[in-house]
Amino acid sequence: MSDKEPLFSAKNRKLISNPLNAQNPITIQVLGICSALAVTAKLEPAIVMSISVMFVLVFANVIISLLRNTIPARIRIIVQLVVVAALVILVDQILKAFAYEVSKQLSVFVGLIITNCIIMGRLEAFALGNRPWQSALDGVGNAAGYGVILIIVAFFRELLGSGTLTLPGLGTLQIIPQIVYDWGYVNNGFMILPPMALITVGIIIWVQRSRNKDLIES
Amino acid sequence: MENLINIFIKSIFIDNMVFAYFLGMCSYLAVSKTVKTSFGLGLAVVFVLVITVPADYLLNKYVLAEGALSWLGEGFAEVDLSFLSFIMFIAVIASMVQLVEMIVEKFAPALYSSLGIFLPLIAVNCAILGGSLFMQERQYASLAEATSFGLGSGIGWLLAIVGIAAIREKLKYSDIPAPLRGLGITFIVTGLMGVAFMSFMGIQL
Repeated sequence: MSDKEPLFSAKNRKLISNPLNAQNPITIQVLGICSALAVTAKLEPAIVMSISVMFVLVFANVIISLLRNTIPARIRIIVQLVVVAALVILVDQILKAFAYEVSKQLSVFVGLIITNCIIMGRLEAFALGNRPWQSALDGVGNAAGYGVILIIVAFFRELLGSGTLTLPGLGTLQIIPQIVYDWGYVNNGFMILPPMALITVGIIIWVQRSRNKDLIES
Repeated sequence: MENLINIFIKSIFIDNMVFAYFLGMCSYLAVSKTVKTSFGLGLAVVFVLVITVPADYLLNKYVLAEGALSWLGEGFAEVDLSFLSFIMFIAVIASMVQLVEMIVEKFAPALYSSLGIFLPLIAVNCAILGGSLFMQERQYASLAEATSFGLGSGIGWLLAIVGIAAIREKLKYSDIPAPLRGLGITFIVTGLMGVAFMSFMGIQL
């Protein structure tokens, strides 16, 4: 790849756009599901989680990409774990300092970003063989693809489960008006429970694959 | 003793790693095509959890928690290293997995050849790190409680992966709508299994 290549060439733009749909980390690559489901009962933790993962993934990708020619292949997993763990500690301390309530809701799942397969997967598959700028874009793209699914799942679960949407900075907003409840509408409390996260992701995969027939598994 | 049994049962059925906390989903989805391999992976997870959770418990109690270093002397009584717990836990897990792999290879070659490929993968299985982090968060009171929690979580994970593998083996003969085949239906079936496991929630322990 020549140095004259523009920063946002068609190829580089693809690094961001592909993971949003046809190469989505959650629904296609099956990476990072562990943490994706548990934080989606409300919108706010889902947004905070996506931002944290984006921070960790972009920086880990860049750091590993800068070090890629000096890391011995045998110990690369340990090196990756150390880099990722250090970044996650940063995120955890920042969240505890500035967003304590959300960090309580996320509980162990911030720590679990270390073992989030998206991070290790992208480090192994991309950052070890590409230059820092491309790796950064790949990190942004994959974290965005992860965030999109998280936010869709959290949006439906909170809207149908509690009738509210919780946004960072705005607090809890009542979306379904009181008058609807007066007519006899009841929140579907089942949406808040863990199994519905799995079923919602299953439905998202169903919708995505019916729209894009190339993704169907044989 | 009763307390230990409570923690054990609770971590298998009520706080199941897969259905209640979605931990270890990546390998759960990737390695659940046949019952035989998923049983091997499940056993490896039980094995590693039983070793790492107590090891991390001791680490947390005597090194990381606030005031844990007081056994070193007066001056250390105020030290709080808990911000280091992520990196220490993952280091313990990675080295334990390596150690377990070498021991199993030396003394039980048959087990090694059946678990072999899965053991190194376990270091990055979120169920293992999750087990240690939950142990730290819930503040179990003794080493025995932590061990019983590790064993229970491992067995719960084993049950879940063997269950889904058995269902997926049967699903091969079903006529599933094309876009749902593979990953989609696995998610939905896991959700339904989760609903089934929720019926244990009413149990009073």
